[in-house]
Amino acid sequence: MNNKPVNVVLAGLGGQGVIKASDILSEAAFRCGFEVKKSEIHGMSQRGGSVTSDVLSPMVPPGAADFLVVLAPDQVEVNRGQLRPGGVLIAPDLIDPAKLANKKSLNVALLGALSAHLKIPESQWQSAIHACLPEKLHAANEQAFAEGRRAAAATKN
Amino acid sequence: MSSTERQLLSGDNAIALAALHGGVALGTGYPGTPSTEILEYLAQIGGRAQWSPNEKVALEVGIGVAYGGARSLVTMKHVGLNVAADPFFSVAHTGVVGALVVVSADDPGMASSQNEQDNRRYAVAAAVPMVEPADSQEAYELTLAAIEISERWKIPVLLRVTTRVCHTQAPVTPRAPVAPLHPHFEHDLRGRNLIPANARPAHRRLRQKLAEMAEWSETTPLNYVIPGSPKLGIIVSGVSFMHAREVAPDASFLKLGFTHPLPMRKIAEFVRSVERCVVIEEGDPYLADAIRAAGLSVESKPEMFRFGELNVDRVRRILARDPSAEPTRPPGKPPELCDGCSHHVVFQAFKNLDCIVAGDIACYALGVLPPYSAMDCCVCMGSSIPIGLGLRHVLPPVEAKRVVSVIGDSTFVHSGMTGLAEMVYNPPPTGHVVVILDNSTTAMTGHQEHPGTGRTLAHAQTGKVVYEELGRAMGIEEVRVIPLGKDCAEFQQILTEALASEKLVLLVARRPCILAAKHIREYDARNSCVPCAAAQEVSVS
Repeated sequence: MNNKPVNVVLAGLGGQGVIKASDILSEAAFRCGFEVKKSEIHGMSQRGGSVTSDVLSPMVPPGAADFLVVLAPDQVEVNRGQLRPGGVLIAPDLIDPAKLANKKSLNVALLGALSAHLKIPESQWQSAIHACLPEKLHAANEQAFAEGRRAAAATKN
Repeated sequence: MSSTERQLLSGDNAIALAALHGGVALGTGYPGTPSTEILEYLAQIGGRAQWSPNEKVALEVGIGVAYGGARSLVTMKHVGLNVAADPFFSVAHTGVVGALVVVSADDPGMASSQNEQDNRRYAVAAAVPMVEPADSQEAYELTLAAIEISERWKIPVLLRVTTRVCHTQAPVTPRAPVAPLHPHFEHDLRGRNLIPANARPAHRRLRQKLAEMAEWSETTPLNYVIPGSPKLGIIVSGVSFMHAREVAPDASFLKLGFTHPLPMRKIAEFVRSVERCVVIEEGDPYLADAIRAAGLSVESKPEMFRFGELNVDRVRRILARDPSAEPTRPPGKPPELCDGCSHHVVFQAFKNLDCIVAGDIACYALGVLPPYSAMDCCVCMGSSIPIGLGLRHVLPPVEAKRVVSVIGDSTFVHSGMTGLAEMVYNPPPTGHVVVILDNSTTAMTGHQEHPGTGRTLAHAQTGKVVYEELGRAMGIEEVRVIPLGKDCAEFQQILTEALASEKLVLLVARRPCILAAKHIREYDARNSCVPCAAAQEVSVS
């Protein structure tokens, strides 16, 4: 990849897996040798509050995110200001929950959608999913990742 | 995990790895965002770590470790250092034999805290040296540096970090581990017994150490200049360095990693070398005040940037002298009590009975928010019991009899016991009711163990403080344990009787945290299986 930093903001509610998704993203990018930075606000998140996690810059300034990945529909407008003009919003309605083996894998499905825009090889994503999740969840999350990647590719075409 | 391979680590985890590589014999602390992960990770990678009932105790254990000639790491959030301030100030006077590094994890912007407090002031007040990392690699390096400084000057060192440094993951290249010290004891009665006759020379010794460290601060590579344009110079410490580098990559920088005592000659030289010099720092104007007090002319940030975290946009505004109002983000969703949380029952009863509720710090502070709005104050750890007593002492009886103190299990062990002693010693005329919300974990910070769970940091079986027995032993007239169900009627009935009794009553409302219950069952099953428990002991030692 070139040297231009890529800023990704992930947002959602406590318990949705925002932090886990950002762990997987940063792990995948780190495995590719990128200078990864991931920052999060998760103090009260376990109690259902808003969570944001910024990847690839210590704190993505408002209006500077190249990608905004949102897990909860009601958090889209709250976080829209994070996106730069022309930046890509990846919203939860991209994924049909009926197509997920496990509905809790929405976070990884949206990562799959994000992956369609990033130059990280699929094998590194898979390694990152394996590194960040217990083995019993690998299959469901690989399915979710593939579904998200497919959905994003369909939208791009 | 102790290899020197490049790793992706949070600042917290980098501190833990440095503690392991730096030969720390024991890490102690009390959970508190954003510091909690340090000790958890230290235990995970094979170090020795344990939770203490509170930060004061954690620091005192750490002092003992350091007096014994070993290296010690003590972790806490910023308000934890308020609790530990008493030993912190005094151990600066006695000095240490091994090493003592105290981590203060500050929370500018209060992601999960009750106040905004810049603990760099503590380094000055206690006359203790301080290091401030900007990212994970520096968190690793400066933890090792803090150990070295502590050993060299036989003094505790404050390692001051902030939420962004603690929770940002970035690559870290570790160094080869150093050998641990060999603990041993040598008597030093005059040095460590702070009676006035000994403390007077101890204070002079402390100031002499500080003077030597001020000289060292001038030359240490922890404080370095990045040459750049002479038009703009930026003096900076902590995570603000990252923001400032992004905003003004061409500026000259004086990056301070050792921020007490400050290298005033180096700072003066830098100020003179640039046309415009701006201090960029989060929180209080600690650096700017000190530099200006030394007679140097520097720009600082406007007061509006004292509040909350800095970020790239805010640093851009400071440098551009842009005083315009900042854009406000739409509010996010506030946290709330989890579905199925046992606290619901208790707060419903408080609401139904129109109680005056002296609350405390943890998940149940969410009882202040709708739908209950049933908590009247939440000040600091353990304050619920004494504040409730104060209210009872002065309110008219009809109001006094509605006052309840509510405190969680971990918070009670942290600093609730002295409140109970106060209650027994100075009982209000209308009696008092204390409710311990026992959910068998430190839930708010992510389910850490504490002395009331009977499990160690690594979840192995250990001694257990039992609140009902403690309450009885302390002389509380009526102590009741109430297993909480889903319906609030039973609890409400018991609370009604307790309030009417005008006695001193301790109610232990018990049900494990809904998020932790499954794990607790697993720990207990493992601990009751002797071979498993033995294997676990080996794996964490």
